[in-house]
Amino acid sequence: MVLKDEVLNLLQEVAPEVDLGSLDLNLPLRDQVDIDSMDFLNFLGRIYETLGVNVPESDYASLRCLNDLLQYLEKKRGGAP
Amino acid sequence: MPTAPDMRRTTYREALRAGLHEALKRDPRVFLMGEDVGKYGGTYAVSRGFLEEFGPERIRDTPLSESAFVGAGIGAALGGMRPIVEVMTVNFSLLALDQILNGAATLRHMSGGQFTVPLVIRMATGAGRQLAAQHSHSLEGWYAHIPGIRVLAPATLEDARGMLWSALQEPDPVIIFEHAVLYNLEGELPEDAGAVPLDRAAVRREGKDLSLIAYGGTLPKALQAAERLAAEGVAAEVLDLRSLRPLDEAAILATVGKTHRAVIVDEGWRSGSLAAEISARIMEGAFYSLDAPVQRVCSEEVPIPYARHLEEAAIPQVEDILAAAGKVLGRDA
Amino acid sequence: MDKGKLVSWLVKEGDRVKKGDVIAVVETQKSAVDVEVWQDGTVEKILVQPSEADLPVGTVLALLGGDGEAAAPPAEAVPKKAPAAATRPAVAARPLPPTVPGERAKISPAARRRAEEFRLDLAKLRGSGPEGAVVLEDVEAAIAAQTPAAGLPASGAQDKQLAMRRAIAAAMEKSHREIPLYFLETLIPMERALSWMEARNRDRPPNERLLYVALLLKAVALALREVPEFNGYYLNGAFQPGPGIHLGVAVSLREGGLQAPAIHDVDQKDLSRIMAEAQGLVKRVRGGGLKGSELTDPTITVTSLGEEGVEKVFGLIYPPQVAIVGFGKVYQAPLVEEGQVVARRAITAVLSADHRANDGHRGALFLKAIQRRLQEPEKL
Repeated sequence: MVLKDEVLNLLQEVAPEVDLGSLDLNLPLRDQVDIDSMDFLNFLGRIYETLGVNVPESDYASLRCLNDLLQYLEKKRGGAP
Repeated sequence: MPTAPDMRRTTYREALRAGLHEALKRDPRVFLMGEDVGKYGGTYAVSRGFLEEFGPERIRDTPLSESAFVGAGIGAALGGMRPIVEVMTVNFSLLALDQILNGAATLRHMSGGQFTVPLVIRMATGAGRQLAAQHSHSLEGWYAHIPGIRVLAPATLEDARGMLWSALQEPDPVIIFEHAVLYNLEGELPEDAGAVPLDRAAVRREGKDLSLIAYGGTLPKALQAAERLAAEGVAAEVLDLRSLRPLDEAAILATVGKTHRAVIVDEGWRSGSLAAEISARIMEGAFYSLDAPVQRVCSEEVPIPYARHLEEAAIPQVEDILAAAGKVLGRDA
Repeated sequence: MDKGKLVSWLVKEGDRVKKGDVIAVVETQKSAVDVEVWQDGTVEKILVQPSEADLPVGTVLALLGGDGEAAAPPAEAVPKKAPAAATRPAVAARPLPPTVPGERAKISPAARRRAEEFRLDLAKLRGSGPEGAVVLEDVEAAIAAQTPAAGLPASGAQDKQLAMRRAIAAAMEKSHREIPLYFLETLIPMERALSWMEARNRDRPPNERLLYVALLLKAVALALREVPEFNGYYLNGAFQPGPGIHLGVAVSLREGGLQAPAIHDVDQKDLSRIMAEAQGLVKRVRGGGLKGSELTDPTITVTSLGEEGVEKVFGLIYPPQVAIVGFGKVYQAPLVEEGQVVARRAITAVLSADHRANDGHRGALFLKAIQRRLQEPEKL
């Protein structure tokens, strides 16, 4: 719950005009909001800075929707105390 | 691979002399005629030694009668020769103005093209040597008014060296104005320097902020002004007119089109001057490119004084050019 | 732009400032503009405090003392020409000459013509030329100011949208009307460049990674060194080379519209720096804080719409530039290698160029140079 809010806040920072309430966490993010690769990179940059999780490029393909990302982050954070 | 020609240190006077020498060598129809061109070697020492080298048939001292010897030159040109007539100064040329305007300039037209007058007249012009009002005026603009002749103003060593031969190839009369302060101008000239084209003005320095349009004796001053402006971060373009008739209007409009601001530097008096003509052409052809009113730097409307400080005050100086530049740049408020 | 609000000061009295420093933020009807200072010196006195009040353009906001001068008076009339590149060395405040009622405003012919092209209202401009005349530079500044930045507070968002639409309309109308365009396209193999970049990104955190757009920008900049006639402006019937290789990077706004501010001297910067500056630009375009000069400086524009899925972009030139390079998406293209058709990642580059300023033969060499540079990513 906390992680989700944190991640959504970071997304809001990168794309301020996104209406978080209307996001479906199970649909591909890019189909719902107009963010480009630079926004996405900035988003991952903020995640790295605040959550300490480094998402390598090779994992981008597996992160299609926000729920994928949240699960991915949970796992990474759990694995690295 | 062609190699760059060797450069030689020389003067404007020497360059003129080399041009004359070449003409006398290359074409047996060429001869030099005027007051003191022979025994004395020329008022400005351009033809020193020529009498000995080419003999009195080709280096002819004349009586002090401009009307007579310019008229004789016209006759010689009509008769198939290629005379070079030297008039001591533009002030004295007025005595020959009838020959030039009513004779030389009109014969082709009045004869329906049967006669041409391939005559070259050289004369000194301008102030700056304390020679007072009867030897110091700049009347090039009057000559540039006359259809039927070509008027040139060499301001560089290349042009001093190269304009004469090209002028001699012209079928019509050509007047070459040599500014008196330029004779001692020093510089580098390639060993193989030769004839130069006559029709085109030349950009002597590139710039984007304003155009300084000059010719003859005002060119070095315009270049100095441009140098000073550069130190203040202003890039002035300097256009050397070279030919006063015909004017290279395309070059004038091109530089104003580029910089949007023009300062014309002309040692003639402002009223009815060549500068006035250039300003009018700019207005006609480049009005919508102008970002400021055209400025003119001309001589004060007085007979040129003898006293050095008064003479300097009467003719365009670098400071005057800088002040005019300030005006077109909008810095004078 | 004829009035603005002083939002904040970024300097205080006694601060030393250098030419180019941002010293204040001013909000106009259309955009928030950083105010740059055009001279070195010391802030002697701040005359106006930030407030909601509208200040007329030309208001003296602060006094700047020159080096070695004791409180000398070159006053900085800041918002007057905020967004314009100061081409003149000393831009100081100039009192308006007293206007005689009924007297025709002094506007230079060149300024008038330029203003007509952009349908600019000259009555609102303040002149900086001889006798207070409105000159070309004043019009250029107003045109630059008309191109708004987005990301301002929501109030008046529709006005801002409209203003940006108008600015784009004016520029593109002029472009389409005046520029005889020609197009050249080529398919550029990207396998080598992308593999190299992916390897480089592998061990780096997100904020140190590159996007391929940085490679494209650098390749274009280096190619321009070989064919400089595509880098510059077509003005007054002649091409003028740009003062440096300043790539305008087209950045779209999510709510519509776009801007193409410059990354300066791209040919001299390494990829990390280009990437960082591109990120900074995108942030400022979308969030405000763009410097006026960033909008007027580009010497050529680069646009990349590949992420939207299009294969090719045929761009219109932003006058007075003479070229725009458009990149489509990276996709698996059937390329022939050693006689075999293989699937390889590739991108299509389209050059739109101004035929008044350059020709197709050189354009082809330009595209070829971009392609060649991208085959040697390690040298970018």
